[in-house]
Amino acid sequence: MEKRESGNRESFYPKIIAFCCYYCAYSAADLAGSLRLQYPPTVRMIEQPCSGKVDIRLLLQAFEDGADGVYVAGCMEGDCHFLKGNIRAKKRVNAAKIILDKVGVGGERLEMFNLSGSMGPRFAEIANEMTERILRLGPNPLNTARAERTTKGEEGDPK
Amino acid sequence: MAEEKSKLQSLFEQGEFAVTCEIGPPKNAQGDGIRKHTEHLKPFVDAVNLTDNQTAIVRLSSIGAGVHVLAAGGEPIIQMTTRDRNRIALQSDLLGAYSLGVRNVLCLSGDHQTFGNHQGAKNVYDLDSIQLIQTVKDMREAKVFQSGEVIKQGEPRFFIGAVANPFADPFEFRVLRLEKKIRAGAQFIQTQCIFDMERFEAFMDLARKRGLHQQAYIMAGVMPIKSAKVAKYMQKNVSGMLVPDGIVERMSKAVDQPAEGVKLCIEQIKHLRTIPGVRGVHIMAVAWEEIVPEIVKGAGLLPRP
Amino acid sequence: MIVAEAKPLEEILESLQGMSKVLVVGCGGCVSVCLAGGEKETGILASTLRMKRELMGDSLETVEETLTRQCDPEYVQQLAKKLEGIDCILSLACGVGVQFLAEQFPQTWVVPALNTMFAGATMEHGLWEERCGLCGECVLARTGGVCPVIRCAKSLLNGPCGGSQNGKCEVKPNECAWQLIYNRVSELGRLELLLDVAGAKDWSKSRDGGPRKMVREDVKIDG
Repeated sequence: MEKRESGNRESFYPKIIAFCCYYCAYSAADLAGSLRLQYPPTVRMIEQPCSGKVDIRLLLQAFEDGADGVYVAGCMEGDCHFLKGNIRAKKRVNAAKIILDKVGVGGERLEMFNLSGSMGPRFAEIANEMTERILRLGPNPLNTARAERTTKGEEGDPK
Repeated sequence: MAEEKSKLQSLFEQGEFAVTCEIGPPKNAQGDGIRKHTEHLKPFVDAVNLTDNQTAIVRLSSIGAGVHVLAAGGEPIIQMTTRDRNRIALQSDLLGAYSLGVRNVLCLSGDHQTFGNHQGAKNVYDLDSIQLIQTVKDMREAKVFQSGEVIKQGEPRFFIGAVANPFADPFEFRVLRLEKKIRAGAQFIQTQCIFDMERFEAFMDLARKRGLHQQAYIMAGVMPIKSAKVAKYMQKNVSGMLVPDGIVERMSKAVDQPAEGVKLCIEQIKHLRTIPGVRGVHIMAVAWEEIVPEIVKGAGLLPRP
Repeated sequence: MIVAEAKPLEEILESLQGMSKVLVVGCGGCVSVCLAGGEKETGILASTLRMKRELMGDSLETVEETLTRQCDPEYVQQLAKKLEGIDCILSLACGVGVQFLAEQFPQTWVVPALNTMFAGATMEHGLWEERCGLCGECVLARTGGVCPVIRCAKSLLNGPCGGSQNGKCEVKPNECAWQLIYNRVSELGRLELLLDVAGAKDWSKSRDGGPRKMVREDVKIDG
C-alpha cells in the first residue's frame, strides 16, 4: 500500500491507533512479532498499564487529531490484571461510539477487543479486521473536510 | 335550602343502614346524563357520590355535577381531591357548593396526575386529605377559614366524609390513619372496594378495638365485576386494590359473567351487613350504573327510607 | 449536591448557532460529583462540539476552563482574563452557575450545557437520587429522616394515600416515602410521632413564595 496522507479516498492509507494494555494485548503483540505473523503497518500501538486507563477524552482526541480508526485492546473479561479495568474500558468505548455517531465521524470506527497474552494470532487478526473495516469506511470525515479546505485555499487545521 | 341538614347524616343518626353509589361525570359539558342517572337511582340509594376528575382525567366538575343531582331531586356527595386546587380554591369551592345546596363532601388526596390525560400538569397538593378534613370541620365548628380568619355568618356546615383503604400498605398503619382522619373531623367513611373479605374483617377488628366504629359511620365499598377480564385488570393494574385469585377464577368459570358479578356483589353486601361497625354500603358500579337497582333489590335493601 | 444531566447535543448546538469562539466552563462542585459538568465532561463536550461543527462546515474554536465552583464571585472572576474574543460562554454548571456567570459578566452571552434536576445524593457510582425538596421548613425530625415533601409524589404530610402497595408508590416505579417513614419510625420506637395531625404547610417558605434569600448579618463585611 502506498504511503499517502489519508484524505484521498483512492489512495487511502488508514491511520489506526490501538490502545493496548500491557498485560494482555501488548504481550500478544510481542508474541505475534516473534511468530512473524503478518499484520498491516497501519496500526500504531500505544501501550497502557490497563485498558481501563483510556478516558473518553483520549478516544475523542485520537479522532480529532486525524486517526481513521481506533481500538482498545484489553484482557479477556474476568482476567483483567486490575480486575475490572477492561469492563470500564468497554463502557467508555460504547459511550464514545455514541458521541462519534452523533458528531458524524462514525462510531463504527472505534472498537473494543478482548484477548489474552498468549493469543498472538488473534492480535494479528484484530489488526487485519480493523484495517479492513476502516478501508471500507474510508477516511475520517474530518480529514476529508480538512483536505478539501486546503485544496480550496482556505486556512488549514482550525483547531 | 341553606339551613337543610344533610339527608345522609340524618339517616345515619336514625340508625339506618345507608346505601350510596357513584356517578362519574361525563367528559363533556352536558348535565342531562347526570340528571337521568339520578332519576333512575333515586329510589334505590340514599345519596350519590360525584367523583372529582377521577384518575386525573378531566371531567365535568364534581360540584357542577352535584348541582345537577340536586336539580333532579337526589342527594349528592361531592368528592374533593387536593390534587388540583390550593387551599384558597378549595375553601372557595366549598362556600359555593354549600350555597347551592350541597351538604356532603368526601375529602381525598386524589390520583396522581400521571395517571390521567394531562400528565404534564403541575400538581397542587397544597393540603393533604387530612388537612382538608380539618379545614372543612373548622369552617363548620370553629367558624374560621384555614388562615384563622373568622367567617362572620353563613358558614358552610358540611357532613364530612373520608376514604379508608384497608388493602393498601402498610396495613398496620391503615387503622391509625383512619383514626387520624376521624380525629381531624371525618364523620363518615367509605372504604375502597372489598374483594379480600378476610383482610377487611381484620381491618374492622382493629378499628373496633380502637372504638372507631362508634366515632364515625363506616361504609363498606363494593364493586360489581362485569367480567373476568375486568377482575384480572384490577388485580394487576390498580394500585391499592386487592383481588384474590379465587374471585378471578369464579368469574372465569361463570357462564354468564355479568350475572355472576351481580350475584357475588349481593353475597358480599349480605355478609358485610353482619359485620359489627359497618353502617352502610357504597356501591361503585363503574361504567355500569344501571345495575345498581338490581343489586340493591337483591341484597334486600329495599325499600329505602 | 445539585444533580444535573447533559443536555442533548442538538440543543446545545442550536444555542451556539452563529458563534465562532466559545469559552467552555466546567464546575468543580456538585456537577463534578454527579459526573455531568466537571473537567472531564468539559473536555468531552468541547471535543464533541469542535468535531461536529467542523463536519458541519462551520468550525468552532473553544477555550476550556474548569473553575473550583461557579457560584462564588472569587472563582468566577478568574474568567475575566479569558473573555478576549469570546462570542459566548457555555457553562457546564448547574442553573445557579450559569446565572451567576451571566450576572458577573453582563456583557457576555451565557448558555447552559446541562439540565439541572434536583438536590440529591450518590446512591452508587453512576446513580443519583432526589432527596431534598428545598421547602424551607424541614420536617425530617418528625418523619425519621425521610422527606415526605419531595419523596412522596403528592407531598402528603399525614401518611400514605390509598395507592401505596408493597412499599411502592402508585406512580411506578417509585418507592412509597410513607412506607419508608413508617418502617423507620416504628423500628426506632417513635410511632407516636405519626399520630399527630400535621397542619397545613407554609409553602411561602418554599419556591411558591418567590426567589429566596438567606442572610447572616454577623458575617457580612460591609455594613
